[in-house]
Amino acid sequence: MTGALDPASTQALAISILWWVFFWTGLFVFAAVLVALVVACVRGRRRARREGSAAEAVPERSLEQRRERAVLAATVLSVVILIGLLVASIVGGRYIYGNPSPPLPVKVIAHQWWWEIQYPGPRSSDLVVTANELHLPAGRTAELELQAADVIHSLWIPNLQGKRDLIPGHTTRLSILPERVGRYDGHCAEFCGLEHARMELPVFVESPERFSAWLTAQRRPAPAPSTPEAERGARIFTKGPCAMCHTVTGTDAAASVGPDLTHVASRAWLAAGALPNSPRNLRAWLSDPQRLKPGSQMPPTGLSESELDDVVHYLGSLR
Amino acid sequence: MTSTVATESTPDSRSEDARLERELTDTWRLCRGFAGWFCETNHTVIARRMLVTAFVFFALGGVEALLMRLELARPDNHFIGPDRYDQLFTVHGSTMMFLFAVPVMQAMGIYLVPLMVGARTVAFPRLNAYAYYTYLIGGVFLYVSLFTDTGPDTGWFSYVPLSGPQFSPGKRVDVWSQVVTFTELSALSTAANLIVTTLKLRAPGMALNRMPLFVWAELVTSFMVIFAMPAVMLATMCLALDRLVGTHFFNSAVGGDPLLWQHLFWFFGHPEVYIIFLPALGMVSSIVVTFSRRPVVGYLPMVLSLVATAFLGFGLWVHHMFATGLAELGQGFFTAASIMIAIPSGVQIFCWIATLWSGRLVLATPLWFVFGFVAIFVVGGLSGVMVASVPIDLQVHDTFFVVAHLHYVLIGGAVFPLLGGIHYWFPKLTGRMLDERLGKAGFVLTFTGFNLTFFPMHLLGLHGMPRRIYTYRAATGFGPLNLLATVGAFVLLAGLLVVLTNVVRALLSGRDAGPDPWQSDTLEWSVASPPAPYVYEHLPCVAGRYPLWEGIRDCVVEGMDPRQRQVLVTAALDAAPDHVYVLPGPSIWPLLSAVATGVTFITMIFTPWAVPLGLALGTVCLVGWFWPRPPHEPLLAEQP
Repeated sequence: MTGALDPASTQALAISILWWVFFWTGLFVFAAVLVALVVACVRGRRRARREGSAAEAVPERSLEQRRERAVLAATVLSVVILIGLLVASIVGGRYIYGNPSPPLPVKVIAHQWWWEIQYPGPRSSDLVVTANELHLPAGRTAELELQAADVIHSLWIPNLQGKRDLIPGHTTRLSILPERVGRYDGHCAEFCGLEHARMELPVFVESPERFSAWLTAQRRPAPAPSTPEAERGARIFTKGPCAMCHTVTGTDAAASVGPDLTHVASRAWLAAGALPNSPRNLRAWLSDPQRLKPGSQMPPTGLSESELDDVVHYLGSLR
Repeated sequence: MTSTVATESTPDSRSEDARLERELTDTWRLCRGFAGWFCETNHTVIARRMLVTAFVFFALGGVEALLMRLELARPDNHFIGPDRYDQLFTVHGSTMMFLFAVPVMQAMGIYLVPLMVGARTVAFPRLNAYAYYTYLIGGVFLYVSLFTDTGPDTGWFSYVPLSGPQFSPGKRVDVWSQVVTFTELSALSTAANLIVTTLKLRAPGMALNRMPLFVWAELVTSFMVIFAMPAVMLATMCLALDRLVGTHFFNSAVGGDPLLWQHLFWFFGHPEVYIIFLPALGMVSSIVVTFSRRPVVGYLPMVLSLVATAFLGFGLWVHHMFATGLAELGQGFFTAASIMIAIPSGVQIFCWIATLWSGRLVLATPLWFVFGFVAIFVVGGLSGVMVASVPIDLQVHDTFFVVAHLHYVLIGGAVFPLLGGIHYWFPKLTGRMLDERLGKAGFVLTFTGFNLTFFPMHLLGLHGMPRRIYTYRAATGFGPLNLLATVGAFVLLAGLLVVLTNVVRALLSGRDAGPDPWQSDTLEWSVASPPAPYVYEHLPCVAGRYPLWEGIRDCVVEGMDPRQRQVLVTAALDAAPDHVYVLPGPSIWPLLSAVATGVTFITMIFTPWAVPLGLALGTVCLVGWFWPRPPHEPLLAEQP
């Protein structure tokens, strides 16, 4: 299992160090309280055996003051420990925000139940719109601008950073400086309705070269269909129901209700982590989305068997 | 002057005592028959019903929890599916918070506070009955909805806009918001009742600084209820208006704000935790004192800690909202406040340990539950300090780590003391003793089951498992720990069933308890078990914090007229006798008023005409409720 204690970014590292400080302090306090409780029990039992268990309505004053002083000492010690933890928390908190190097701007828009990701470029035509996959270069701070299209969601990539809510009507931000190349799990962390469980966001931290190669590839419009099946599929896609919701750049399909499918075949997963991207899964998804992800906003397409084959061919060619 | 206070016993003749008892029995007689069942306002009867009702809801909430654990036991499970699962966790949370934890703590207060302060009953017996019926109707309404597949499904926190008209059409969320209104109305009524009972009906001589710590805890809690509940009632009312008549309090498209909901909800929601947990601390104090056979170390710090918790509890709601991206400086303030609240809890734990340390321990079952409480609650407190820290919270917020944390705090901090309290006061409530061996077996099983269930959730959260997901992929690796938690849940169930068996066995064939089986210190143990409807034959008076240990059983109030339902009103601070007040008798109107309230709240979901209808019904009910009775007897007792 991976997670918050296997940090792959500056921010997650700072948080995990802070967590271990709290953990060891907590363990010490817990052990101390438990030892005190056990000793108290043993002493109290021994005393009951020695003196019987008649109630002592008025304890001796001097002994009582000693006990009260012990309570006071324990309280003072706890206050000192808590102040230490507060300072640690505030110091650690300074590492979870952005840093000065020129950041990579990324826009994340959460929908019920998928993620829209945008990489703005120098010119407006360089804008890359993709979905359900976040690619980040290692060694460069990514400045995520977070928005929600419908209800409140929360972006959480435990290996990289603490979570941040995406709230309709608000724009929130999250900085990540990834340090280690790899694939990490992201997930929606705020309950957002029926398919909250299947709102995952695979994250790929890549070397800067691979990342820019990926970004360049994503900037290209969709490749034209090269086989007869794909050609038929493209026609069904752009003239049929698919184009009501989806975009494929370079074609007539330019709607923005559902995920942008310009390079859908390059993605590892379908439907926000619901199933791995393979022609078989894609076909199953297109024929009955509600069975695989009940409640999803994707309606049954109503395509015939042969039409399905063609569309799967076409989408499979969109690398 | 309507009463005199005798400082020493008067050797009444036997026949006079018998006459007094006969007259008291006659005056405070419980209602009989089928109709009488609905008219009863005696506080012990109402509190018993409330306890039983709350535990029934606890069982229902527990069944929901088990269903969820079954769903999560293995990856890609399709046992329940998303729609049912969402209803289950919403109803589980709402049940445990609104229908179990708060009412059960208030029921213990309603039963015990009058007994502990030396009063015959609560200050407002009819309001008490009304509060109970309102709560009952609200709870039944929630479950009728669940069983007809209209159970709320947006979480016990029902964040907008998900719970708003656009994303939750249908009536599910309306059910939730009305159930909240029902239970908060009930909680507010009971809180007012407890406050007045505590401040005005204490036995002569029981100055504030002589009140048992349990009574302090209930008093402080009741004040918290009065300040916290209106926030959530306001929030749910705005939500209902958004949903039913098209206002836009939370609609960001036209200037509303979804964050407003979160502020209002958590301004109530965080104090709610302490509302549940402070009475439990009071129970722990009672148990620790009795079974250490000595006064508590640090009475004053204990009281101040309760009060400090109540104040601080209102200053840290924002730590539920760290992930919304509020300003850093503000977050620092709430981190400090959240960490600070560990101090009063710590002080109380230190005081209990010091008391045990210097006591003569009797290791009865209630004390075992207290030990379990300390162990679990300290873990919950420490994970609470973790989530108070903004960076750590941003990682673990809305994950299973928080699920573990809140169950350590609420089950460890409230349910374990409550079970201890049930074992401790069971003889008083029923006149029967619970079996010690079964009691300890129940403790061991619940303690083991609890930790097996909830400890793995800490790890799951850290590894990346978010809350409120109905399933997860096998590749995540969450499977084994989830299976362990599910197994633990069934061990916990077994433990609770042992406790239940013990209770049933004791009711059927338990040993007779007598008035004071534990040789305790507080006044409730000076009366019969279970207490007579009038509780005290002679109202006691008090000269210390531990009346039964200080040997002043014979100090009583004289001169009250047993032919009326008289209670002695005393001064709020020093409990000097002030005047005699005559309480109303049983009545059907509290029930009818609660039904009118229920009809109004439920109809409101369907039509705004419910408001004028409710106004009319309410007016009729209140006229009936307050209809003056011709006094059968002279109102004031004559000077003896």
